Amino acid sequence: MKTPAARGPVSSALVDLLENQNSAAEPALAASLHDLADAGIRDTEDILHDEDLQAAVFTAYELRYSGLDGLADDWEWHPDVLALCATIELAFERALRDRVPMPALPAPGVDSVAAALFEMAAADTGPSVSRFLAKKATDEQAHEFLIQQSVYKLKEADPHSWAIPRLRGRAKAALVEIQADEYGDGRLDRMHSELFAQTMREVGLDDTVGYYVDAVPAITLATSNMMTMFGTHRRLRGAIAGHLAAFEITSSLPNRQYGNGFRRLGYDFQVTHYFDEHVEADAVHEQIAARDLAGALTVDEPDLLEDVMFGASACLYVDGLAGTALLAAWTAGESSLRVAEPVSPRA
Amino acid sequence: MTPPADGVEIPAGDTPVSITACPDGPLLVRGSFEILTPAGEVIPPRRKTVALCRCGVSMLKPFCDGSHKAVGFKTEPVRTEPVRTEPEPPGPQPTP
Repeated sequence: MKTPAARGPVSSALVDLLENQNSAAEPALAASLHDLADAGIRDTEDILHDEDLQAAVFTAYELRYSGLDGLADDWEWHPDVLALCATIELAFERALRDRVPMPALPAPGVDSVAAALFEMAAADTGPSVSRFLAKKATDEQAHEFLIQQSVYKLKEADPHSWAIPRLRGRAKAALVEIQADEYGDGRLDRMHSELFAQTMREVGLDDTVGYYVDAVPAITLATSNMMTMFGTHRRLRGAIAGHLAAFEITSSLPNRQYGNGFRRLGYDFQVTHYFDEHVEADAVHEQIAARDLAGALTVDEPDLLEDVMFGASACLYVDGLAGTALLAAWTAGESSLRVAEPVSPRA
Repeated sequence: MTPPADGVEIPAGDTPVSITACPDGPLLVRGSFEILTPAGEVIPPRRKTVALCRCGVSMLKPFCDGSHKAVGFKTEPVRTEPVRTEPEPPGPQPTP
């Protein structure tokens, strides 16, 4: 994707390092980046809402996905980029561990953990973006919703796929079963990220990966960054498994509402197909994810029980913050985006 | 399918279909199966593993749409213990 625009000193220093053409200047640029990152972590009021730090780590993480336009792929494993990620991740994970509510831990087990995950999701009192979209959202807000979602949905399933080689046995089989369906079971036109791209095109939005990244607030980047952090650290494989379970459990019912919202606004099946597909798909995935992935993982690796529940709760918590920010803007009659975007209402 | 050690190949069709009764949720069906309408027409499955509604509330019947959660559908006795470590007892047998 195009390199996201800097939002502050840390993301600016990262872009300076990545775009530097003078190798003699690199050590000084790297040293500056690390100093600024240390200061940014020290001074941040809330890393989950910190535009600069979330943009910086999002940019660094993107090197692990589609890469950054015009930059050598070598940057993905560059020690200074990895060091920046490690600095931000340390503070990011600490903030999550401090703030994400933890339920009483169930016993390790397929039934016990699945029941606890479903209970946790049912008790979640997060904001209902789906109800707003179904009943009240304007066409412009519906476009904003897609822009916000596009940061993750254009690479849908990818952050959880990192966990496949890190799991064994039943949990691996379950994750592959879910992911194969996410990727369309060999049919490109059924791949979920492709269905989302189709929805974007049909409403007149640009489906280029990263096109709208500069428009979304830090908390939207944080929802994606958290998945990448959980997925790319073997140590956090329990958390990414729990994250996927909570994500799937909270998906099918809201997706019906999203589809209803777009139908209310006059859009046809070409637009709502993505949401309609998720109503059915995620009713399957939530059972596999809660039972055979998360539940079985706690049987095979009981030490991961706490992280499974942490990852699930973190999903609900951070997605809840993002939803709160979205609805706060909309109910105040404002845009949820950082910058005016080329939202093109239907002709 | 991989032939077993004795060299007898088992056709995929002989692998039994599995149906998992998910507590408080749908029936998860895996394997080679057909779902038919009452008139005998095949309902095309859109995925390899499907979830069949058993709460009766799904708007996508015969498939599950997650509605069982919204209506508090229960397949198991109400638990008095917050934590369950034993396997679920087998459900009641259907009466013919």
